[in-house]
Formats: sequence, C-alpha cells, structure tokens
Amino acid sequence: MTWRPRLAEGTAPVLVVLLLLLIGLAIAGPAYDEPSGYLALLKRAAPLMILAIGQYFVIVSGGFDLSVGALVTAGVVIAARLIDGSESATAWVILLVLGFGLLVGLVNGLVTTKLLVPSFIVTLGMLLVLDGAIFLWTGGAPRGALSAGFRMFGRGAVDVPVLGEVPWSVLILLAILVAAALFMRGGTGRALVAVGDNEAAVRLSGGQVDRLRLLAFVLSGLLAAVAAILLGGFAGVSAQVGNGLEFRAITAVVLGGVLLGGGRGSVVAAAAGALSLEALFTLLNLLGVSGALESAVQGVIIIVAVAYASLGSGVRQRLRLWPKQRNVARPAQPASS
Amino acid sequence: MSTLQENTLPVRQQATRPAAQRWLTPVVIVYIALVALLVVGSVLVGLRGEVLLDQGGILNILTRATALGLVAIGQTMVILTGSLDLSVAYLVGLTSLIAAETMAGRDGMVVPGVLLALAVAAGVGLVNGLVITVLKANAFIATLGVALILRGYLEENYTGPAGDVPRGFQHLGYDRIGPVPVAALLMLAVAVLSWWYLSRTRSGYHMYAVGGDIEVARLSGLPTRRIIVTAHVLCSVAAGLTGIYLASRLGSGAPYVGTDAGYDLESIAAVVLGGTLLAGGRGGVAGTIGGVLILATLDTIFDDLEVDPFFKDVVRGVVLVTAVALYARRMSANRTRGRLT
Amino acid sequence: MTPGIATSVRLTGITKSFLGVPVLRGVDLELRGGEVHAVMGENGAGKSTLLKVLAGVHRPDGGTIEVDGAEVSFASPTDAQRAGIAIIHQEFTLLPHRSVAENVYLGREPVRRMQVDRRRMVADTRELLNWLGEDGIDPADNVSSLSVAQRQVVEIVKALSTDARVLGMDEPTAALADHEVELLYDLVRRLRERGIAILYVSHRMREVFDLSDRITVLKDGRFVTCAPTGELTSEDLVRHMVGRDLGEYYPDRAVPDDLGRVRLALRGAGNDRVRDLNIEVRAGEIVGLAGLQGSGRSAVARAVFGVEPFTRGLLEVDGVAQRVTRPRTAVRLGIALVTEDRKGDGLALRQSVRDNTLLVRRAALRGARSRARSDVPALLDVVTVVARGEHQEVRYLSGGNQQKVVLAKWLAVEPRVLVVDEPTRGIDVGAKRAVHEILRDLARRGVAVLMISSELPELIGMSDRILVMHDGALAGELPAGASEGAVMALATGHGVGEVA
Repeated sequence: MTWRPRLAEGTAPVLVVLLLLLIGLAIAGPAYDEPSGYLALLKRAAPLMILAIGQYFVIVSGGFDLSVGALVTAGVVIAARLIDGSESATAWVILLVLGFGLLVGLVNGLVTTKLLVPSFIVTLGMLLVLDGAIFLWTGGAPRGALSAGFRMFGRGAVDVPVLGEVPWSVLILLAILVAAALFMRGGTGRALVAVGDNEAAVRLSGGQVDRLRLLAFVLSGLLAAVAAILLGGFAGVSAQVGNGLEFRAITAVVLGGVLLGGGRGSVVAAAAGALSLEALFTLLNLLGVSGALESAVQGVIIIVAVAYASLGSGVRQRLRLWPKQRNVARPAQPASS
Repeated sequence: MSTLQENTLPVRQQATRPAAQRWLTPVVIVYIALVALLVVGSVLVGLRGEVLLDQGGILNILTRATALGLVAIGQTMVILTGSLDLSVAYLVGLTSLIAAETMAGRDGMVVPGVLLALAVAAGVGLVNGLVITVLKANAFIATLGVALILRGYLEENYTGPAGDVPRGFQHLGYDRIGPVPVAALLMLAVAVLSWWYLSRTRSGYHMYAVGGDIEVARLSGLPTRRIIVTAHVLCSVAAGLTGIYLASRLGSGAPYVGTDAGYDLESIAAVVLGGTLLAGGRGGVAGTIGGVLILATLDTIFDDLEVDPFFKDVVRGVVLVTAVALYARRMSANRTRGRLT
Repeated sequence: MTPGIATSVRLTGITKSFLGVPVLRGVDLELRGGEVHAVMGENGAGKSTLLKVLAGVHRPDGGTIEVDGAEVSFASPTDAQRAGIAIIHQEFTLLPHRSVAENVYLGREPVRRMQVDRRRMVADTRELLNWLGEDGIDPADNVSSLSVAQRQVVEIVKALSTDARVLGMDEPTAALADHEVELLYDLVRRLRERGIAILYVSHRMREVFDLSDRITVLKDGRFVTCAPTGELTSEDLVRHMVGRDLGEYYPDRAVPDDLGRVRLALRGAGNDRVRDLNIEVRAGEIVGLAGLQGSGRSAVARAVFGVEPFTRGLLEVDGVAQRVTRPRTAVRLGIALVTEDRKGDGLALRQSVRDNTLLVRRAALRGARSRARSDVPALLDVVTVVARGEHQEVRYLSGGNQQKVVLAKWLAVEPRVLVVDEPTRGIDVGAKRAVHEILRDLARRGVAVLMISSELPELIGMSDRILVMHDGALAGELPAGASEGAVMALATGHGVGEVA
C-alpha cells in the first residue's frame, strides 16, 4: 500500500505547477537559495492570496465577486484620507476599513439573494458605485497619508523564534489561510460547497441557502478589506492600487482548480493558485521577460487551466502515464437539467 | 420524472397575461425610462438657464453613444447566445492601432487599414468562440484569458498612441448632419442591421435558441457550436468597428482607448440595462441601444449640471442593479435558470 | 402539407437490453392510421423503451420495424422523423421566451429572400392549430404565456409540422390538470379523425378506456396481449398487467406490539393540490400511499415536508399541531423526506459520501449535534453503502448506493417521521431489498414511515396499511396484503371507497 494524499479533485495540478515554479525560482535566482527569498515572495503574494481566499468562498457557492478590486482601492484611499499621517487614528481606521468591507459584502449578498439579481451584475454595479463614490469623496485624487502603524502590516516584520524575521503580512496570511481551511472542513464550509453544487438538495436538507450565500459575500468583502490594509502598507497610496485585482483573484481561484459555477475546489488550492501566479511573475522577471508579457502569460494559463479542467477525464486519461485502476464506474452525468 | 415535472411546472398558469404586461416589454420600459430621463434632465438643466437638448447636447449624447453602442451591439449577440465577451475593451485598442498604423497617414491605405483591423478582430472572435466551444472553457474565463493576452501584446509593443490616420478619414469621426454625427448614423445603421439579423434571419433565430436552452437547440438539430462561434466573431467585428471609429476621431491608434472607457464591463451593463437576460435567450439590440442612450444621456446631464464626474459612476451602478432587480421581479414568475449567477 | 395520409407501422419481435439487462424481450405491435393504440403496463414493463425504439432514440437489438410494409432502420430521431414518426416526450422541449411559431419551426424555419418567412411560419402554424381546432392559441404568442395544456398542444403541433403520420405520446396527461386532460382527449380524437396513428403510452385506466381503439399490454418487457378496447374490461387489464408471480421477499410486517403512538397526523389537511386528508401514521408502522401519477401522492409528501405547505387543516407531530412552512422547520421537527429525484434534489453529486451523509446534520442542526461526525462509518454501515471510501464523490456511486447515502443523511438526524417517495426507483434488485430492510428496521426502532411507490408489489409487500389516492383526495384504505386489483380499482376511481 502506498500512501496517497487525499486532495479535492482538481487540486493536484496546481500543487505540481507551484512546485515546478518554486524549483524554477531556486535555479534561476540566487535570492531563492535561502528561506528569506521565499518569505519575500510570500509577502508579495499575501494580498492576492487573501483576495483569492475571499473570492473562493463566493465562487465555490456559485457566484462571482467583481467588486473586490474597487473595494481594495476604496479601503486604501479611505484609510489614507482618514489617518492623514496621524498615528493615533490608526486603530479605529483599521476597524472602519474592515467594517466597510463587511458592509459592502453584506450589500452584495443581500441584493443577490433577496432581489434575485445575478451576482455578476450586482458586484459589477458595486464596482461602479465604489469607484465613483470614493473619488467623489476624495475629489479625484487620493489625499492624505498612511501612518507608520498602518503600514507596518504591509511592510513590517516581526521577530519570531526559530524563523527569525517574519513579515506581518505572512503571519496574517497564514492565520487567515488556517482559519479558512478549518472553516471549509467544518459543517458550514461543507454546506457552502454543497450550495454551489446543488442548491435544491441543501434546501431540502433544511439548510438556509440564502444565508450561506450571504456569508460568502460578507467573507469576500471582509478579506478584500484585509488585503487593502496589506497593500496600502506594501505599495502605498494610489488610486490604481486595486485595478484589475478582481480578475487576478478569479484567475488564481480558477488556476487552483475551483469550478466556476461552484460545487468543487479547495480553499488551500485557491490560495496556492494565487501564490503560483505571483511566483510565475517573479520567475518571468528573473528570466528577463518583460513585465508587459505578464498578463499575456496569465491569459494563456487560465485558458489552459480551465480547458484542462473541463475537457475532463478524456484528456486526463490520455495524459496519464500509467493506467488508472479499473474499478471506477463511468462517472454519472451530474444532473444538469 | 413526470411526477416531479408535474410539481415544478405551474399547472394553472394564467392563460393570458394582463394586456398592460403584454406590451410593457423591457424594451418599452427602457425607452420610457429614456424619455423620462430626458424630461427630468431637461428640467434640471433648464433650472440653470440652459437647454439639455440643444445642438450641443444632442451632439454630445450621440457622440458618447456611438462607440459604446457599437461595442454593446456585439456584446448583445454573445450574451443572447448565452455567452459573454470580456476581451472587447483591449480589442478596441488593438484595432484602433492596426487601422491607424496601416493607414500611416496615406489616403490610399484607408481601405486596407479598415479591412485588416476587421480581419484581426474577426480572428480574435474566432479564437474566443473556439476556446469556448472546443476547449469547453467557461466564456467568462476564456474571454478574460484572451483579454489578458491582448493586453500583454499591447503593453509589450506600445507605450502610447501610434499610427496616423489620414485627414480624409477623420471626417468619419467629426462630420455631422445638423446636430447628428455621421458616425452615430452609421452606428444606428449597424444597430438596424443587427436587429434585422437577430430578429429576421435563421442564424439570429438560432442564437436565441442556443441562449434560451442549449439542450433544446441541440435536440432540434441546430449546430450549437457554430452558432456560438458566429456570435463571437460578430461581437469582435463590432469591437473592431469601434476601434476604427475611435482611430478616426483621435487621429491615431491608442492602446488603452477601450479599457480607459471600461468598454468590457460597460457594454455588458448597457446590454443588461436594455433588458437582455444575462443568461441569454431573451432581449435584443433595440433595448441595448436604449440602454446605451440612457448611459450617454446621464453623462451629458451630469456634465451640464457640472456634477462631479465620479458621481456618474455611482449613479450608473445603482441604475444598473435597480434595473436588473426590476426585470428579475417581473421575470420571477417564469424564471429560467441562469448560468451566470 | 396537411398530414393525414393513413399509414401503418409494424414492430415485430423487438428486443432491447441495457447493460445486459433485458428491457424488451420480443414485443410485437401493429399501428394503423386513424387509430389510438394504447400501450399499458406497470413501471418497468418496457413502454417508454418501446416508444423510444419507434422514435429512433434507441436502436433495437433484434426484431424488425416496418413502415407501410417496407422494413426500415432508424439510426437517429431524424431518420424516424423522415419516415413520418414523431414522439412527444414527457419533458417539454420548448423555449419559453420564443413565440409558438418560432418554437414549432425551430431549426426548420422557412426562408424567403434571405430572411425567415415569418408570415408563412405563422400562417402554417395557425393552419395546423386550426386543423386541430385549437384556434385559442396565437402563433405569435410567447410560449411562456401559455398554460401547460397549451404548451402540450404546441409540442403536438411541433411534431405534426414535420409531416408526422405516426405520433407517439408518453404519459401526455402527467403534467396536466383535470380540465386540461379533457382538452387533450378532444385533441387526440381529432388527430385520429384526421388519419394520424397514435401510440398512447399511459397507465391511467380511465384515459385508456376513454380514448383508445386497441390496447396492447406489456409485462416485464414481454408482449402479453393485444385486443380491441371494447373487448376488455378493467379487471381483465389489471389481471394482464399484474399477473406475475409474487415470489418476491419482503421483510416481516409489524405486529400489534410494534405499534406505538401516532407520530404523524393530518386532520383535514389540504392545499391547491390535495384536499381533506385525514391520515395517521404510528410509530413502528409503514403506511403505503398509492395512487396514479398526478393523483397527489407526491404533493402530500411535499406538503408534509413544507415544500408546498398545507394551507388548510392540521398537521400534528407526536400529537402537537405544527405549522410547517419550509423544509427547515420540518427537519427540526424530526420529519425526513427522501425525494423521488435523488440526483436533482437529494444529493450534492460532486461532494463526498461523507459530506452528503452529514449534509442534513450540518445544514439544519445547530451546536454540537451539527458537528458530530464520528458516527459516519456506523451510519454508512447501517445502510450498507458500498463505496471506495468515505471520500469518494457520490456521483461515481451506483443508483442503489446513492439512495443508501440519501437514507444515511436522514438517519444521521434520527427522524421521527420518514416520508419516502419512490425509494427504489431505478435501482437494482439487491439494493432494493436492502432499502426495504432498512425501512422496516427504522420502523421497528419507532420511526413512522409513509411510503409512496408506483410499484404495486413493493407497496403491498412493504406496507402495514395502504392508503389510496385519487384526484387529490383519499379514495380509500386497504389492509396489509391487499390485492393489486383492489388498489388499482381505487386508484383509477372505480373503487368502493370513492365516496370517501
């Protein structure tokens, strides 16, 4: 008997990709000879990974959240304007930004579940509203400055025994990742995936479908606010800080083998997808590929990832090097009608 | 099987709906909303002692509507077919560059420039369609991927405007008949043509069928893949036309002219605002043009009122979600399952 | 293009098996223009398969098909259509947002000068509708604005527009309300007058006697008899359909000592679909609920479970009146529902056996009880699921094992009342027997079981009492071991208890 790790279906490829990328990094860059290089990578990747975790909740339950990019920008701009360099305001502004993310997620979720508007449209509307509202409020260009205390989360590090200097953002990321993984192992998390798979079955099992979907949007909003705090510290205040992040987060989630439309995929794989994207960009950078091609590569990757996932067992079986054991019955067509 | 169906189908459905509901289609609602918006806008602008629908106002509205209108017409086709295209914004930039660079200021190259731009657009549409139908990738991801590839190409090769449109070609962008730009008329002509295509030809019928229920379409012997690919090619060609028009207006090609205006999401918003179901199978170009005109009129009113430009986005977002919520409410009696929820 | 040329179809010695299981074992059938030929038989007798063979959906393993005396072979439904044979399936194949004419001519739109000839399409559709005497339907109307019966007419017109001379109908009244059924009868008679040959698959006795000219009875995939309708009585028919050896084994029934308090009681309960229900189910007993499709059996189950709640009367659980307006309330009161569509609304197919087993517990309970999961192996053991492991996705399981997982998810919350709707539909013999034993075992442990099944031997074999429904109300009650004839008589509305 060989030990076989149990992975959610579609998870293995992203882990293989990630491993290859990390090996590639070790070969290509001297900085990746020691742990600090990987810590720096994790630090860079943390905001996207956190966004991907939030996006995962929404996608796995059968929706989309296009508003997270605008929400990140909003969080950073609001924080800068309110803190305006004053150290004493840091704590309550952080709470306010988190509360704001939560509120945006709540509105997204309520409109989706109560007014029956597709989440694609709801969060697209929210994107427009946030973009407009924030700049309306700031008068077109972000003003103010973040305090050192606020920026600490994005750029600072803390001494951890054994490991040495570990960036705050990595610690926050790990905490969120562990919490998310535990949540997804628990009853509510499993029910969330089941909603994305078969809403009727959950409803007829006594589940509260609307509440679960609402929860997904709230978590997504909240995590986008956390990402905003990290990005504000890491990258500074700008009106472009969140541009395109929604699509990048969706890319990461899909790359992690999570099924668009819901019902399948693991949160750890979604985070691994985000880390893979970041590692890929780093590697391309090291290899001297221009930054401009980053997005082209990202484009090719998501198409390949989704095609690989949806062309399904046929291609996979042909690609398999050794034959699979025979006793698996032909997969029944999932009830689609 | 049959017993379940008995339970899911409304058995005693009203045989005929009230007459008011029958003619109060989303298209009619959109145009009523447009007229209401024009009246309210005229009053508000009038309070400042100005006129909304004077020569400049009409010109303003129609100019704004032209580019978005063209993109949205194409987007209507893919959405009706049950798909979606997120690559149009970059494609608009790309085709503007191709047109302007091919023309390179020479009058003789206008036709080749236009044709080349349209050919490239059609090629991109073909790729979109094939990735969706052959590789079976979700339309959202497939076109997002293509969009990112186009973006990479643009970022790699361009830093700013490039190419040069001959003077003669700029007439396309600026000539007008009275307050009406020629380009707006051309856009409306494309709209009429698309309306005819969708509502009068077999191919158009089949797009509605595929978007309505792809299984029923397949059972009826329709070539569903070819229909989806066709919709994507037409959508991309419409985006190509937009790029050509913008090149003529700007005098050169601009890589980010499409993305700066947010034509990808904006065009989807216009289509949905116009009453087309995001899941496909219902709606049309007439509603889309209404949606585009509403967005353009909103912009113009806000300009006249000197409202902060960012307020427009807020209003747009609210209008979009409200409109779809209203449609959803009307539809909920006989709602079809959506693929993109 | 008016259809109406009399024609004939002859099927001889048709055999067909799926995965080695014979479904048709030599069936003969002859169909003439201008007749309504009913095919009757119990579930699994092979009626629908026969229809699909005729329609070119399935290719027969053996036997011949002749159209107007010439032997043919259909590779696809299109082939059958060309030969003038069209089938109206149980599921509707219409686009709700398109007009009647657009639906009728979908994929075959007439074209004139580059565009769809809408005038002709509408005119031809109207002509067909008029020909059928259905002028109430406007070809320009959207299908979504039509009633279910009108949609059925459109399906028929769609079939006729292919110049069909032979029309197969599979349980056409299943989705219709009573007054709509009458309209369908009229329509079928008109089709017959116009020379169309109609193969009418149904198991409603009254319908078949009202409509058909000849009846062919199938049983277990075999041809039993074919006779003019006038020469048969309903008793004959039941005997032909049922006459099997009842050698099947069922678990022992409850003895009086097993019975406990009344767990579930309905007192004058009703809603849009069912009325005046007075039902009591005791702890320890299995009560069978019989009735034809559309009689309201499943509506009772859905109402008890709060999916389409009762609007009148009382529902009591353990003697306490309760308002059950949504499934969540039902689950928390200890009511469980095994639906007839396990893939559609019973299981999350992409989730693991374990996650599905815990689905109800996690979805409906709170606190420590919702988190308990150490007993999953024991639960799966009780229902004897065979899977590669707890982490296998349920869509890879056989139908029988899937159904056992559905039972396990309810066992996980220890229900007091268990309602099962077609618990053994589409599963193999071994799994069937296991499901029967699980149900009886649950009853012995004090659960009140209400069992719905359209398989009469099963219902009779399992039930301690049998309630029969007809047309939304109870038609009567029969003791354990009642004859199939007695059940059928009540279910078809011919029974003694009809006054009740």
